[in-house]
Amino acid sequence: MRERGYYGDFGGSFIPEILVATFDELVDAFAEAKADPAFWREYETLMSSYSCRPTPLTYAENLTEHFGGGRIFIKREDLNHTGAHKANNVMGQGLIVKRMGKQRVIAETGAGQHGVAAATMAAKFGFDCTIYMGEVDVQRQRPNVFWMEQLGAEVVPVSSGTRILKDAINEAFRDWVTNMDTTHYVLGTACGPHPFPEMVTWFQSIIGSEARRQVLEQTGQLPARVYACVGGGSNAMGIFSGFLDDPVELVGVEAGGRGLETGEHASRLASDDASVGIAQGYKTYFLQDGDGQMKETHSIAAGLDYVGVSPILADLREAGRVRFAAATDEEVVEALRLTIRKEGLIPALESSHGFVQAFKEAPTLSRDDVIVINQSGRGDKDIFTVADAIGDPKWKQFIREKAEEYDA
Amino acid sequence: MLEAILRSRREEQEILLMTHIVIGYPSFDDSLRVVEAMVEAGVDVMELQIPFSEPIADGPVILHANQQSLAAGSSVDLCFEFGEAVSRRFDIPFLLMTYYNILFKHGIDAFAQRMADAGLAGAIVPDLPPEEADEYLAAMQKRDLAPIFIFSPNTSDARMGEIARVAKGLVYCVARKGVTGADTTFSEDLDAYLARCRAATDLPLALGFGVKDRADVDHLRGRVDLAVIGTQTIRVMDEQGVDGVKPFIEGLRGPA
Ligand SMILES: Cc1ncc(COP(=O)(O)O)c(C=O)c1O
Repeated sequence: MRERGYYGDFGGSFIPEILVATFDELVDAFAEAKADPAFWREYETLMSSYSCRPTPLTYAENLTEHFGGGRIFIKREDLNHTGAHKANNVMGQGLIVKRMGKQRVIAETGAGQHGVAAATMAAKFGFDCTIYMGEVDVQRQRPNVFWMEQLGAEVVPVSSGTRILKDAINEAFRDWVTNMDTTHYVLGTACGPHPFPEMVTWFQSIIGSEARRQVLEQTGQLPARVYACVGGGSNAMGIFSGFLDDPVELVGVEAGGRGLETGEHASRLASDDASVGIAQGYKTYFLQDGDGQMKETHSIAAGLDYVGVSPILADLREAGRVRFAAATDEEVVEALRLTIRKEGLIPALESSHGFVQAFKEAPTLSRDDVIVINQSGRGDKDIFTVADAIGDPKWKQFIREKAEEYDA
Repeated sequence: MLEAILRSRREEQEILLMTHIVIGYPSFDDSLRVVEAMVEAGVDVMELQIPFSEPIADGPVILHANQQSLAAGSSVDLCFEFGEAVSRRFDIPFLLMTYYNILFKHGIDAFAQRMADAGLAGAIVPDLPPEEADEYLAAMQKRDLAPIFIFSPNTSDARMGEIARVAKGLVYCVARKGVTGADTTFSEDLDAYLARCRAATDLPLALGFGVKDRADVDHLRGRVDLAVIGTQTIRVMDEQGVDGVKPFIEGLRGPA
């Protein structure tokens, strides 16, 4: 095994023997790409011509007025092609797959954003593509399943375990240990065995380097605080990367679900419910019981509904560099509605977690302060979940009529 | 000591049988009856799997057994009680198989101590590569327990050598890519692979993944020391009940 990849006490590479050679190959391919300045240029060119990079940094003037505190800026990862930051990671790994000469990609997905991005990349680069998705998530993110299939991917619903993101990751690994000669596993977040946390963070760091430049250009100052939602941690690591060496407070917001006190949440770093463990190939904080069995998690946002968290974020918390908070399902829908009304922006339910905490803190800051929220994705995919949460009668009527139309 | 026991058994048998169960599947009572049936049928060594919620190296059959066992209330404590009960009662070596988090959460040294107290002979931890295993190796060594490691067809010669330096008891040779449970075609490639395994270590070699019937076991005679029958015994139990286990095992090696 070439490298193990530790961040303090977290990370590592706990993989079955059959995958060791595959990981060695990936570690080498990634190291070569990273050392090659032409690779990053190729990546930036691709992201500016195929996706929408650099994505804008938008001044949220109405929200700023509304809260009467710090000036709120929003980094617009929702404007990426396919509607989320996931595209950054996926296109980058796609270029690595081309270098390795593999013909097939597999991916797990929770919200479906990573799955859609991976299927899109596969369509563009001409790879075969299989996406693993928990049955529960197939239900709650149906529009994304539709698009993955239109893009030519096979979507495999996963019925084992808790039938959500972690179970999809397990199934992807099971596929990979069988098909590693032809296949690359495009892991969607900054988790898993080395080199995934580092590699995914590297591709996502494009968010932070742009955001830093943009905020300086637009305001002449560094932000006081930067907020990002944390599922596995890739969009957070992406934007935080730009400010790690600056006097900027970094705030990660996890899924508080039905409230931390109910136990029905996915807060690994903001609650006391998680403990250090080793699963899915890496060491981090997991929501697990005393025997080390993973617990069921809950979030309104499929993309945050995960038992583990990036080992890099676990280390940054331990070092006191990143602060963590949790936002409940209810708060998230409220923040989403407010953002839509005030700014005409529709953040994904995942992203809206970051907005919740920023909104709580903005009034305590002064107009001289700047804060940046990472809008990791757009909310169109959540139309069914949000319509349910809001209880919109016209939407329900529409669905009923549509169903009757199909039955007729 | 596991290695010595296996060697002395090997003097009487051309090929040894190692079988696998998931503790508590479908129930603890049934697990006990299965162990009893297997020992009576002449199994030489058994792997007892402590179920884990994320068994990443296991295919659908064993995955399902893990989940059912946990859903029925299995716990690490109950699994140790079971392990102790069978190793006191039956005169073959028993190994634990589980994923690293189970050891880690328990405390690795404490886990090894409990293994020793329970009379277990060694452990297989498929998601623990030797590079991450310092603490585990020390804890196992202190109690003369066998840390069993895995070779796979894409393990390089050099790496096989490194693994062999820390392995004890036996080396588990995975027959092919993939997870447990799928079929394996035993081909000439297998001979070349096994020759590499043999060159890397003097420990007894066990071959597993996809070994399912008498023809497979016959094929492995003279090639390895142990044939591992994992998923297939669980399938037999699922299909024929516990009573199907003994005739199935007897048929693997006994008179046709
Ligand atoms: C829009 C969006 N934001 C955030 C996430 C959470 O992932 P991460 O923490 O890796 O950014 C997801 C995951 O699916 C997502 O779709």
